[in-house]
Amino acid sequence: MQTIELKCHIGVGPEVSGEALVTDDNFSARYDLDRIKGIFSRPQHKLAGQSYVDRIMVFNTAKGGVASAWMLHEMKSRGIAPRAILFNNVNPILAQGAALADMALCDRFADGDVTQLIQTGDRVSVNPASGLVTIQRA
Amino acid sequence: MKLDDEEQAMLNGELGEPRRWAIEHMMRVGRFFDAPDFVAVTQAHIMADTESLGEAGVEFLERMAARPEAERRVRIPMITDPRGIDFCHYKRLKQTDAMAALEQRAIDAFEALGIMLTNTCINYQTIMPPVRGEHLAFGDTGVVIYCNSVLGAYSNFEGGPSSLAAGLTGRTPRYGLHLEQNRRATRRFRVEHQPVHLSDWGALGGIIGTRTGSYWEVPVIEGIESVPSSDELKHFGAAMASYGSVPLFHLVGVSPEAPTLEAVCDPQSLPAETIGETDFEAFFARYGGKGEKVDVVVFSAPQLSLLEMQSLAALLDGKKLHPDTDLLAVTSPVVAADARRMGFVERIEASGALVLEGMCFYQSYAREMGEANGWKRLLTNSVKLTNIIGGYGYEPTLSNMENCVASAIAGEIV
Repeated sequence: MQTIELKCHIGVGPEVSGEALVTDDNFSARYDLDRIKGIFSRPQHKLAGQSYVDRIMVFNTAKGGVASAWMLHEMKSRGIAPRAILFNNVNPILAQGAALADMALCDRFADGDVTQLIQTGDRVSVNPASGLVTIQRA
Repeated sequence: MKLDDEEQAMLNGELGEPRRWAIEHMMRVGRFFDAPDFVAVTQAHIMADTESLGEAGVEFLERMAARPEAERRVRIPMITDPRGIDFCHYKRLKQTDAMAALEQRAIDAFEALGIMLTNTCINYQTIMPPVRGEHLAFGDTGVVIYCNSVLGAYSNFEGGPSSLAAGLTGRTPRYGLHLEQNRRATRRFRVEHQPVHLSDWGALGGIIGTRTGSYWEVPVIEGIESVPSSDELKHFGAAMASYGSVPLFHLVGVSPEAPTLEAVCDPQSLPAETIGETDFEAFFARYGGKGEKVDVVVFSAPQLSLLEMQSLAALLDGKKLHPDTDLLAVTSPVVAADARRMGFVERIEASGALVLEGMCFYQSYAREMGEANGWKRLLTNSVKLTNIIGGYGYEPTLSNMENCVASAIAGEIV
């Protein structure tokens, strides 16, 4: 088992761990998701058809509309939500939404492109308060 | 973050629980973005549709609305973005009574908080256009990019919770577009093909948004040969914000912060990227469907101005829609009232089309509406709408307003 530590900016939300689902694509809760089924529904999204439920999601950046701020809270209230979201660079909307939803969210990684540093299937622990993400790789 | 005495009192709960929540929420966001302190804001605008709020969001608002009046009322003028329901037409759209009931609960809560239900994403055309240098907390990305770029106001994208927090406190964390250093151009585009229709302006916004692709990049655009109209810049900005999450652009010689290129960047160190006719052609070529049956034609996102309503009425005069095609024109309550008074609504609806007010198509349970009405192939002149609606199960196609109307009459995409 290999352990890798990644430093990032101080994030928001609680300390969590889970299995990573990674893409170099971008993210909007409004544009990309079927929030009832808990899957990516936008046909052009690189994760189309895949479930985001309880995953540590890793994206390049955030896209589009302001709705995602309410939507993270709504998704978490039904228990059909990611456990954490990591970005290279996030926009204010997702940060605001994570702050309301109390969902773990971090960005600005010191070691480069987080969509390359983390791989789908990695076991990942996210500590937003200290700006630390730990990867356990088999 | 550095707090003044009043902010500290809010954090201590001395001004009630809603303001304590608000300042704490904004401190979380402010710390995330390294904001040194708060900045006073003069207006707030909140995302208000129940599809995004959900039951959880409405309950959140209701808990706040149940507090004593002195605690719960917003402190600055605060207005709403489009709702999810037009109560006059929701049954015809096959939206459910449960959706309408949730919407009514949200409305009651907003009213209790002292928020004005303007239900619009074109407030900069119809309610109170911001002034250059005014700090704001606006929701709806199209509103924010327009107010920052065209009017020279200062706002970040504010999601519903953060807009509400700003309304309750009269403040927002000082980060992002509230700081001069983040308003300098970081990308430079030279346009070598002039947009004609609103859909062309949207396409140009989509092209620049796609290439720019980040909240933290600011494009400056050269080469536009005539001064664009407010509706053209509305479609341009809304598409750019939608495709790229871009909150600010500069248009040399037009937008107030860019009287010259040199005012927003060092041209020597920022080479121009060109956008030509082939880029426009490639953008339009992504949409298929020519000759196919069209289920619904939608004019929305952003809501139509009075001038767009006038154009649409002229195009539909004396015409009848194909029996298997619906046409929806979505506008703000203010514009709808004027359009009704001037006869535009009657002329549009005589064709079989429907004018909706106070909502926006994609914020209105679009997936459920599509399934209930059998809408799959959607035609619009809104680039923003085409970008969003694919995730809701539609097959969107882009064309200009004239072709959209001709297609609605023919029943197939012309």
